[in-house]
Amino acid sequence: MTLALVLLALLPLAWVFRFAGQRLTRRPYWRDMTFAVAYGYLLVAVLLAWLAWAYLQSMSADAEVANTYFFLRVAINLFIGFAIAAILFRLLGRAVGPAWSRKAFRQMPLTAAFGMLTIIVYVVVAIFAPLIAPYGQEQIIPGVAANILPGGDPALGGNPDFPLGTDQIGRDILSRLIYGAQNTVGIAFATTCLAFVLGGTLGILAATLGGWLDNLLSRAVDVLMAIPSLIFALLLMTIASVWAPRLGIPLTVFMVFIIAVIDSTRVYRLARAVAQNIVVMDYIEAAKLRGEGLRYLVFKEILPNATAPLLAEFGLRFCFVFLTIAALSFLGVGIQPPLADWGTMVRDLASFINFAAFAPLAASAPLLAAGAIALLTVAVNFLVDWMLHRSSGLKE
Amino acid sequence: MNTVLKIILQRLGLGLLTLLVVSIVIFLAVNALPGDFAQVILGQGATEQATAQIRRDLGLDQPLVMRYFAWLGGMATGDLGTSFAQLNFAQNMGGSGGVTVVEQIAPRFANTMFLAGVTAAIAVPVAVGLGILAALYRNTAFDKAANVATLSSISSPEFFMAYVLILFLAVLNPILPSLSNIYEGMPFGERLTRTLLPALTLTLVVVAHMMRMTRASIINLLASPYIEMARLKGIAPMRIIVRHALPNALAPIINVIALNLAYLITGVVVVEVVFVYPGIGQLFVDSVKIRDIPVVQACCLIFAAAYILLNLTADVMSILSNPRLRHPK
Repeated sequence: MTLALVLLALLPLAWVFRFAGQRLTRRPYWRDMTFAVAYGYLLVAVLLAWLAWAYLQSMSADAEVANTYFFLRVAINLFIGFAIAAILFRLLGRAVGPAWSRKAFRQMPLTAAFGMLTIIVYVVVAIFAPLIAPYGQEQIIPGVAANILPGGDPALGGNPDFPLGTDQIGRDILSRLIYGAQNTVGIAFATTCLAFVLGGTLGILAATLGGWLDNLLSRAVDVLMAIPSLIFALLLMTIASVWAPRLGIPLTVFMVFIIAVIDSTRVYRLARAVAQNIVVMDYIEAAKLRGEGLRYLVFKEILPNATAPLLAEFGLRFCFVFLTIAALSFLGVGIQPPLADWGTMVRDLASFINFAAFAPLAASAPLLAAGAIALLTVAVNFLVDWMLHRSSGLKE
Repeated sequence: MNTVLKIILQRLGLGLLTLLVVSIVIFLAVNALPGDFAQVILGQGATEQATAQIRRDLGLDQPLVMRYFAWLGGMATGDLGTSFAQLNFAQNMGGSGGVTVVEQIAPRFANTMFLAGVTAAIAVPVAVGLGILAALYRNTAFDKAANVATLSSISSPEFFMAYVLILFLAVLNPILPSLSNIYEGMPFGERLTRTLLPALTLTLVVVAHMMRMTRASIINLLASPYIEMARLKGIAPMRIIVRHALPNALAPIINVIALNLAYLITGVVVVEVVFVYPGIGQLFVDSVKIRDIPVVQACCLIFAAAYILLNLTADVMSILSNPRLRHPK
């Protein structure tokens, strides 16, 4: 209601704003400005003003008011913090390193620098998780209560030794969050690699050999792609959950293979399309006439020319696989406990979100796990977007 | 017009064929279960006699091919079988109410369609409108901000969006209810308010992709000579886009809208679980957890059918909106 009133009040104001601009200067920019643009400027100004007001509100002494705007303040702080980190990282990249990387950093937009920095941080955390995490991921710390609230403030049910609190059976949430990087990201990475080996090999082979193999594989892929991937994964996971205990193989291994097969169909499509464009080139014809074998053709002629689109697809595919695994874990059929995993953590901690109005820190635990997933996929997407932009030769 | 009809019939036939093959895949996948349903239902304490009894009741002693055709015939006539969980429950209670899969799925299917409908009603106009604006003000600060925002929302998981929305719109500012427990006979307005939060979540996920495609397909056209001509005639930029570029960009836009509605089918599963919305996605996940095979099978087939149907619609619409495809040489 208030929102509608503000939007309505801005209408005449926008006209006044443009009129004033036209009177004060004689620049053609103001003369040609459409009403919509003037309205847009005012809208942004109001939005910024509201954000500043909300930021001030979050520091108010009244706890109830402060709590309402607490998350907005955190979001603004994070946004500014990330931007500064990305700028510093880009400056660093421009100053040190070999000439080619310095050149790449000079052309890099801020979003891509942010993406690269985030991915590096994730990789470091994932590799050194056992060193960084204060406790083990499955360790139930003796003498420590379960369900300690995050925040580390004893007055609010926290404990300074556990800055993010403990979960329902008394494991340290911070440690599990750090180990989650290793498990969730590691499993997603392995799955993507598997999907690429499978889909990429078959796709390139189908394009190179053609004939019945191509027809057979393509029809099979068409059928598999006609079933929505998450639905198909859930169906197969149901079956796998019956098989897993009988064969004594962990369900997570089944999940890796199931998702790899489902996603390899998408990789197959792309690899086949890219390879088909290369196979008709003259240099392939020349190599064939030279009498080169299939191995030479694939590894020396086709693959080097297909690297750029396949690399971009790898980034995007990783995001999809990562999100699918997170969704499956969130639904309770993905990565199995006691392995720490972000999707499962979101589901287990979700009810904390209802405490946000009086204990904002308590609500942050599920959001941190979900945010960790979102941050990585956003970062990868930013980086891939820039890579695609660069390799397509689209400068503007 | 005759050729159009022929093409559409061809696509329809192809779609049906795909659905048939998909049903075989689903059926075979389920039959890859170790042992059989009878053992799965009865679990550890299965006696020889009880297993045989259930096997006979469910027709599991028939050969595989016969079972497939019986199942397919049932699907086609609306008999989706008997839910395992409900069967056990009903037998224990001595009644027989609500044991068929259809009785379980039908009301939930209507709920899911309602949710998808509300989402589409919000998402499509917003996406097309924003896409046109981004194309109009391309390479400005607005366009770049929209690019970053849409890229972020495409890549965030649905449950992250859902919890952020719950946090801001339900917990901190209690505007909308965070649980969407709708039931039959609820007044429409109330139903709408309870559906709004899941619908908004899905909108956020879908709008970004649709908007990017709208923008891209309009910008693609802006380089063509007839747009240049319109610009030289002195037509306003907004009018050029809406009157000259949009009709020609319609085919890819419709395509993307249909594909995204198909994507909704997948997104609906997670969102329904977050908001405890009594839709088909929630039923599917619950059945997966308790291994209620007939329900899983039926839900899977319904999802696949909806997915194929939407893709088919996208295909047909793009043929209809493109004269070059409508009159093939």
